[in-house]
Amino acid sequence: MDFYGALQVALPEAFLAVSALALLVLGAVTAARGAILVSVLAGVALLVAAVLAAVGPLGTAFSGGLVADNASAFAKVAIYAMSAVAVLLGAGWLERLKARQFEYPVLILLAAIGMGIMASSGDLISLYIGVELQSLALYVLAAFRRDDAKASEAGLKYFVLGALSSGLLLYGASLIYGFAGSVKFVDIAATVHAGAGTGVLFGLVFLICGLAFKVSAAPFHMWTPDVYEGAPTPVVAFFGAAPKLAAMVLFARALADAFSGAADQWRQVVIIIALASMLLGAFAGLVQKNLKRLWAYSSIANVGYALVGLSAGTREGYQSMLVFMVLYMIDVTGFFACLAALNRNGKPMETIDDMAGLMRERPGMALAMTAFAVSAIGFPPFSGFWAKFFVFKAILAAGYVQHALPVGLAVSVAVVGLVSSVVAAFYYLRLIKVMWFDPAPGAVDAAPADAKGIAYAAALFSFPVVMVGLPLLYPLAGVAAAAFGLG
Amino acid sequence: MTIGLAHYLAVAAILFTIGVFGIFVNRKNVIIILMSIELILLAVNINLVSFSVYLHQVVGQIFAMFVLTVAAAEAAVGLAILVTFFRNRGDIAVDDVNMMKG
Repeated sequence: MDFYGALQVALPEAFLAVSALALLVLGAVTAARGAILVSVLAGVALLVAAVLAAVGPLGTAFSGGLVADNASAFAKVAIYAMSAVAVLLGAGWLERLKARQFEYPVLILLAAIGMGIMASSGDLISLYIGVELQSLALYVLAAFRRDDAKASEAGLKYFVLGALSSGLLLYGASLIYGFAGSVKFVDIAATVHAGAGTGVLFGLVFLICGLAFKVSAAPFHMWTPDVYEGAPTPVVAFFGAAPKLAAMVLFARALADAFSGAADQWRQVVIIIALASMLLGAFAGLVQKNLKRLWAYSSIANVGYALVGLSAGTREGYQSMLVFMVLYMIDVTGFFACLAALNRNGKPMETIDDMAGLMRERPGMALAMTAFAVSAIGFPPFSGFWAKFFVFKAILAAGYVQHALPVGLAVSVAVVGLVSSVVAAFYYLRLIKVMWFDPAPGAVDAAPADAKGIAYAAALFSFPVVMVGLPLLYPLAGVAAAAFGLG
Repeated sequence: MTIGLAHYLAVAAILFTIGVFGIFVNRKNVIIILMSIELILLAVNINLVSFSVYLHQVVGQIFAMFVLTVAAAEAAVGLAILVTFFRNRGDIAVDDVNMMKG
């Protein structure tokens, strides 16, 4: 393929890169006056990139380094759309802080480029570059409030542990390159099908560890609660959504495209990580008082459910993972939009006790948060129920129908998943109880329109829009999942 | 004795291990953590370049160039975050990074 054709395949990322550079210059020239303009243009650029990803040509570019297929198109549309929501949420937040910093939307654009490259990486180099492009922007976003001690501590912790995980990932990539003889996923897949040696499997374990860090799966989750608690709430709304989907798609792509021949080996590791995440997320969440911290453990548990879909190793499993992540992203963004909107006497309401009496003070917000909590429990017919339903259906089908893994293993994974979601229901129900029945300690400030709008839209999606959206989303995810090179 | 691929891989593995231990065992200074991260990335580079020579390919060296570039960017971002942390707390001892627990 010639260079022009390659650029067409990479058009969404190329467009975003040019936009990010142009907006950086625009922001530097106009300074604080142009911050709103930069935010608006960044949001528009992300939406344009989403359209480009949806309608752009499929194919591979840069000698296999970048792959545009249905899976990457599906993931990119979701990622860019959620990033645009994060730009909107952040612009309102910065405006209220009287800190008009144009860097915020530019950093989200840069992270979005990284996530786009992650979603369409075709070799180990673009895998690493994508992960780093995303991570470096996210480290800065976590520490975005320079004068806040907690935010800078969150940024520092995220940086150190993120850099360590990138190191693990990279060491794994170097071993895979050396022992498989190529960095391209297709060549690695051919080598692995002929028989994976110890060196390649050793590298694969490092790669899985690095990726598990990025999706915040246990036992590599330790950065998540601290970063969620310390980072500014609109930033956490971004962290919890798009980067998780990008990392899950990258995870799926690496395992399916490059290592489908070693599925029996990696399935054990992924199942252990999934079980540990679900149980840890459920039990460690029980003792949390801070809502951002609580939702960090909730995200660890939810990543565990998504990894269950991945560990099925079937097309249906990948499809359920994609559906799960999209539904989860909308829920989590809505929840953090609620948190960003709620203040009492100018102080953010971040603990469970702060939510006391919210139903009488702000019934709309309380109903939205109730919807997210009920959805996170997995109560039908909310979106969280459907997300979990498809994942468990996929793992059981992989055991009973496709015989991809032993029936006993499939059943026990599903049982552990159900048990941990029952345990986790305790903390979600406690939040609902505090909101609905406890007396309010004082008046809640008026919620800003942008955060309120996002929260209501996400709550409406959680139920009832999901009933309309799901029949569209599920087949689309199926088309996307078919693009993964499952062996 | 000729120095072969295994020797280079052993050196890289040792450097990598020192780097990982430097992050976890070190209780003193965040700067040492940054140095350990560099050590990890350089261990990977030794791996990549020695594989590249062993396989008679140039891809490994291209990968190493990317890693070097990213390492520079990573150090810049890390130091910038460290500066904001120092301004807020007046210290960069690892034991002081403890505002959030639980």
